Amino acid sequence: MRKKITVKTTTFLLLLISFFSYGKEDPAKEEKNAEIKAYIQHHLQDSYDFNLYSVTDDNGQIHHRGFPLPVILWDNGLKVFSSSKFHHGEAVAKAGGNYYKLDHGKIYKTDASGIINYDESHHATNVKPLDFSITKSVVMILITCILMFLLFKGLGRSYAKNGGIAKGVGRFFEPIVLYIRDDIAIPNIGEKHYKRYMSYLLTIFFFIWFLNIFGLTPLGVNVTGNIAVTTALALLTFLITNLTANKNYWKHIFWMPGVPVPMKVILAPIELLGVIIKPFSLLIRLYANMQAGHIVLMSLIGLMFIFKSWIGSSLSFGLSFAISLIEVLVALLQAYIFTMLSALYFGFAVEEHDHEEAH
Amino acid sequence: MEKLLEQFSVGLFFWQTVLFIALLFLLKKFAWKPILNAINEREEGIRDALTSAEKARREMENLQADNQKLLQEAHAEREAMLKEARDMKNKMVADAKEEAQAQASKMIEQAQAAIESEKKAAMAELKSHVAGISLGIAEKVLRQELSNKDKQIELVESMLGEAILN
Repeated sequence: MRKKITVKTTTFLLLLISFFSYGKEDPAKEEKNAEIKAYIQHHLQDSYDFNLYSVTDDNGQIHHRGFPLPVILWDNGLKVFSSSKFHHGEAVAKAGGNYYKLDHGKIYKTDASGIINYDESHHATNVKPLDFSITKSVVMILITCILMFLLFKGLGRSYAKNGGIAKGVGRFFEPIVLYIRDDIAIPNIGEKHYKRYMSYLLTIFFFIWFLNIFGLTPLGVNVTGNIAVTTALALLTFLITNLTANKNYWKHIFWMPGVPVPMKVILAPIELLGVIIKPFSLLIRLYANMQAGHIVLMSLIGLMFIFKSWIGSSLSFGLSFAISLIEVLVALLQAYIFTMLSALYFGFAVEEHDHEEAH
Repeated sequence: MEKLLEQFSVGLFFWQTVLFIALLFLLKKFAWKPILNAINEREEGIRDALTSAEKARREMENLQADNQKLLQEAHAEREAMLKEARDMKNKMVADAKEEAQAQASKMIEQAQAAIESEKKAAMAELKSHVAGISLGIAEKVLRQELSNKDKQIELVESMLGEAILN
């Protein structure tokens, strides 16, 4: 999995480099390339303010339009201030006697002049305070949570009101709920135990799906393409799997039944590793897919501005349009895969079988 | 990997976990339970309705079969009753005939007996009457005949001849 990302990233970087080398002769073009690259990188990262759009005025000054978000730091006490104090990374923010500065989308503690020291590999050596800021991603997660809550609460109520029949938007979501129950939960977990996991599976499916779709909107908030978010989701699957597991599951990990004793000894660490690799693959898969999708899509959109010729631009427009459609599919597919695999792991955890027969 | 670790934001992780778990429990309470329960209830309702419809259909069939059976039984009974009535009628007719025959023959017998006894009585009367008349005649004849000698002999002879013939 890790290799896959590296391959993807290098391919992408090579592509970008080739574009850069192509445009080397024209300094204006090069500048444009650098700008697009920075823009894509900026977009892929979380940010402390909600940027809606940016404009360049007549003097070549870039203005970011959007709204600031609260920054919450834990640095010898709680520090709360508006992200507008950073002036998009250009200014030093002063809060409670400490100074903070943004560098590559991260908050560092600095002195009053805002100097950030770098080591040989261009990593900032300043202290990073514990950061619990309401970032753009957190806002999107919050919006998704509220939206989902209102949507599904309304759906739940409409059943009670209409005598067990969904109405309106529920007509669209009910088949999906049923699909998750009948084709994901029941076949993987089994008729006996599936009910315990339904809430989690439904929530995670719609949560990932909605966030993936939000990622494709022009606001382009790359939440599910953020490693922290996918880690949090995969960690929950990991915890639920191992906390609800029965003794069969643990027996299969530590003392595989039906194989000779030396094999049992060899299998135990492999199985134990598998326990961690399974959710790890979940988090990397979702992260890599969404990240890659965003990179490809934004690069293709960026190409339109690089080519600036009607053939090249319209070609890349067509391409980015096609990729957008694929990304809509991928958004659903990744939500489905995450849910499906979570259900599969839960199924392993509660599986009950006769060892004599099964092996 | 290093880049990934660098990108990892503890704050975002924290908020994601907190918000997601909150969402999970809220949705579980307010959405998934009512939705899944409603769907389950509806499905059970449909299943129940289908089974009860099937049951009703079967009952209907049974009822029809019962009706058919009853009808057949009624037919059979009617048939039996008719047969019995016919038999009874035949028997009655036969009995009546027999009795009439017997009565008739008895009457005929009685009549015959009566006729016989009448005849006997009449015969006896006739006999006595004839005897009386014969005696009277014989007296007269004898009175006459005895007056004439020859005639007496002739008579005795004829009578004797008759007696021998008898």
